[in-house]
Amino acid sequence: MEVPILKQGHYLIASIQSALTDADLSQLREALIERVGRFRARGVIVDVTALDVMDSFAVRTLRDIAHMARLRGAETVIVGIQPEVAFAMVQLGLTLKGVSTALDLEEGLAFLDRQAQLRSERGSGRIDRG
Amino acid sequence: MATKGKDALPPPPDPQTLSESTAALLRELVAHLRQNRTQLREEWARRITRAQLLTAMTEEEIFAEATSVYDNYVEALETGTFEALQAYARNLSERIIPRGVETHEVVGIVLLLRDVLARSLFGKYHEDFDKLNRILDAYEPAANRIANTVAVGFVQERERIIRQQQEAIRELSTPVLQVRERLLILPIIGVIDPQRARQLTEQLLRAIRTNRAKVVVIDITGVAAMDSNVANHLVQTVEASRLLGATVIVTGLSPEIAQTLVTIGVDLSEMATVGDLQGGIEEAERLLGYKVVPEEDLAPKA
Repeated sequence: MEVPILKQGHYLIASIQSALTDADLSQLREALIERVGRFRARGVIVDVTALDVMDSFAVRTLRDIAHMARLRGAETVIVGIQPEVAFAMVQLGLTLKGVSTALDLEEGLAFLDRQAQLRSERGSGRIDRG
Repeated sequence: MATKGKDALPPPPDPQTLSESTAALLRELVAHLRQNRTQLREEWARRITRAQLLTAMTEEEIFAEATSVYDNYVEALETGTFEALQAYARNLSERIIPRGVETHEVVGIVLLLRDVLARSLFGKYHEDFDKLNRILDAYEPAANRIANTVAVGFVQERERIIRQQQEAIRELSTPVLQVRERLLILPIIGVIDPQRARQLTEQLLRAIRTNRAKVVVIDITGVAAMDSNVANHLVQTVEASRLLGATVIVTGLSPEIAQTLVTIGVDLSEMATVGDLQGGIEEAERLLGYKVVPEEDLAPKA
């Protein structure tokens, strides 16, 4: 099943609606990274609220998306991880290190806005990422 | 004695006659116990006091309980049904457990009664050894079963109380409190076992979701000791909370716990720690963008 990717201002929002196969996940990764460049997106939100299982491949793909998007200039935030899923993930040692997370879509948007604000506060002369 | 224990009845030539004669013997036995109720009861109470059992109870109480146990005992012998006795044993346990009566005491008094009654049977039938033997054959299995019933009833009641208390402690000990919009505190008090640790985490994660918390302060001032399992669980809790988008600050690590954690080498680099609960809440407020200022500091400006 293909995951719809919505564009909202400078952000891309991928909302996962049902359990995904490994192929679907890889396809989501390709599509998101390609669109980050095409739309010059500043931020990516992946909403996993609908997922009640998260295996190691899914976690790795999410982490790859975050790192690849960062290399292409966009900050990624994973939103909507369920409490049970979070608990299972840490027990399996899948902790999404180095990837930002937020409670839900609203929080994720707020987080990206804050990041953008921080970036602009740092001034225009410097090019680095926080 | 030729026979001992519950299963020691000699193989019956004809089960029908045997069970009939057993019933007849038990009837005779019950009549004997009814007849000598006062005397046997007193003898029993005396022996309980002498053996220094039930020291938590007064002599009058012992006698009163002894009377009702005796009557229930005789009734169980007579009817061969144990429901009434079971209910009584439960009821009795409920009353005496809070007073600190121990298992060995309960088992002791029931065995004493068994002995007292057996002695009186010896006294009554000592001239007819054959009859005595048959009476004891009938008496022993029933008496053993009664002793069993009472002891098991007591232990079950005790276990039930322990379970109940454990549950109460568990429920009491894991409050997740909201102190500000989007700020939760979780004070942990007492011993953390794996089951409790798991429950704490689940409850915290659920609370983060329902309260939409951004920062959580876990205060472990009330935790006396910590081993590597608990420490790792704490780290897992911090990571799981982060996956839900909440930052966790751990406060109140005692010097002993700090030393333990460093000695056993738990990796706490992922964990934000602040000395005490106050500091933790202040740090959390800073993260949330709150600024708490005393009123007098504001006054000159106004």
